[in-house]
Amino acid sequence: MLQFSFWDILSNLLIATQWTIVLSLIAFVCGGVVGLILLFMRVSGVTPLEWFTKGYIEFFQGTPLLMQLFLFFFGIALFGVEVSPWMAATLALTFWTSAFLTEIWRGCVDSIPKGQWEASSSLALTYIEQMRYVILPQASRIAVAPTVGFSVQVVKGTALASIIGFVELTKAGTMLNNATFRPFLVYSLVALIYFCLCYPLSWGAKKLEGRLNVAR
Amino acid sequence: MSLVSIRDVRKSFGELEVLKGVSLEVAKGDVVAIIGRSGSGKSTLLRCINGLETYQAGSILADGIEVGGLHANLRELRRHVGMVFQQFNLFPHLTVAENVMLAQTVVNKTPKKEARDTAAEVLAKVGLSEKMDAWPSQLSGGQQQRVAIARSLAMRPKVLLCDEITSALDPELVNEVLRVVEQLAKEGMTLILVTHEMRFARDVGTNLVFMHHGKVHETGAPKEVFAAPKTPELQQFVAGTGH
Ligand SMILES: Nc1ncnc2c1ncn2[C@@H]1O[C@H](COP(=O)(O)OP(=O)(O)OP(=O)(O)O)[C@@H](O)[C@H]1O
Ligand SMILES: [Mg+2]
Repeated sequence: MLQFSFWDILSNLLIATQWTIVLSLIAFVCGGVVGLILLFMRVSGVTPLEWFTKGYIEFFQGTPLLMQLFLFFFGIALFGVEVSPWMAATLALTFWTSAFLTEIWRGCVDSIPKGQWEASSSLALTYIEQMRYVILPQASRIAVAPTVGFSVQVVKGTALASIIGFVELTKAGTMLNNATFRPFLVYSLVALIYFCLCYPLSWGAKKLEGRLNVAR
Repeated sequence: MSLVSIRDVRKSFGELEVLKGVSLEVAKGDVVAIIGRSGSGKSTLLRCINGLETYQAGSILADGIEVGGLHANLRELRRHVGMVFQQFNLFPHLTVAENVMLAQTVVNKTPKKEARDTAAEVLAKVGLSEKMDAWPSQLSGGQQQRVAIARSLAMRPKVLLCDEITSALDPELVNEVLRVVEQLAKEGMTLILVTHEMRFARDVGTNLVFMHHGKVHETGAPKEVFAAPKTPELQQFVAGTGH
């Protein structure tokens, strides 16, 4: 029987951690881009666009992420398109992330005084120009802390991708546990690695929040 | 020909009819002072002129551009109709110069250098040359409001709308702003101002408009109207303001 030393377990977990990081980064960056587009729709004042984004956000916030992963993994396959676990995880996490980021950012945009919109309107700026030069530069300063804070949720959310067979940190843990029968050791290490990924993020979010409050 | 022509404009917020058929002609160089009780529809009327509010009936033409309707060319309109607000509404993330340059560079596509020259010129006009690179938060209310005026002037508007632009200021800062407006009036700028400064309305205004319950209740030359208000409502209003 194959013997796994502590270091074998740890190094295997760390290799899989790379995929957790890659998946988190892609979900966060793509989710951010989609979220920004949705944000422009959400605060546009154009009723059909606002309705669409509201529905989108309700759906992705109101259903379990795991179910969304299943939908992408099995759902798209129904149309005869082969979906890899990697693809399904990326798509589901991107859309899920975008829904939450849009909602966080909308709150930040809403906190900008109405006078800023009116003054920039009166200066003949278009909606896109108002967002770009007046609203977003102010809203983004408030948005940094909650956005970084939410990235913790994305990292933890990637663990669910293990269930559709994507080999990231959690999946690697499960596989190593099956091979070694040392669940306590394996899952302690898995938890520790997640903690090492997430703690700096939540610490950073708190720090940023504090700094912003002082600045006021 | 009128620069701003308002014909029988009606505006409701839901059930509440705020403008009940307002008509007003403003010629080039006029200084129109709009007075009236709180809630009489002064701000709403002003905001209709540059399309910040929509209205349900009647028509507004500003510099020949139709304000209402689905296809109103609001961008073109607002390039010629400036507005200054009670709360200044400066952009806090931009310096004074950048506040004044923004619309020039973004809307008119004026090169930065030229926009900065214009900013320097209009800031000099409001007496704030040395504050070009200050942040709005470093300025007093009176200075902020003068920057807001400069920001509008930089677009070379044909009409400037002012909605109670001294009401948010400490009393000792009111005059520095009024002096700037008076200077603009002297230079021939067309102004439509909602104001509670009765003396200013009388001395600087060329037309006085008394709004009451969503209508132009009485209008005329300020000195005459103040000296002998015809309607009991205006008599009461003037008595109430202590003039
Ligand atoms: N966005 C809005 N939604 C609903 N009602 C509004 C809105 N804006 C104004 N109103 C109402 O319309 C009426 C006229 O308001 P407006 O601001 O034009 O008055 P005003 O003459 O400028 O008063 P003030 O001297 O207090 O500024 C008020 O009864 C006000 O409550
Ligand atoms: Mg008002």
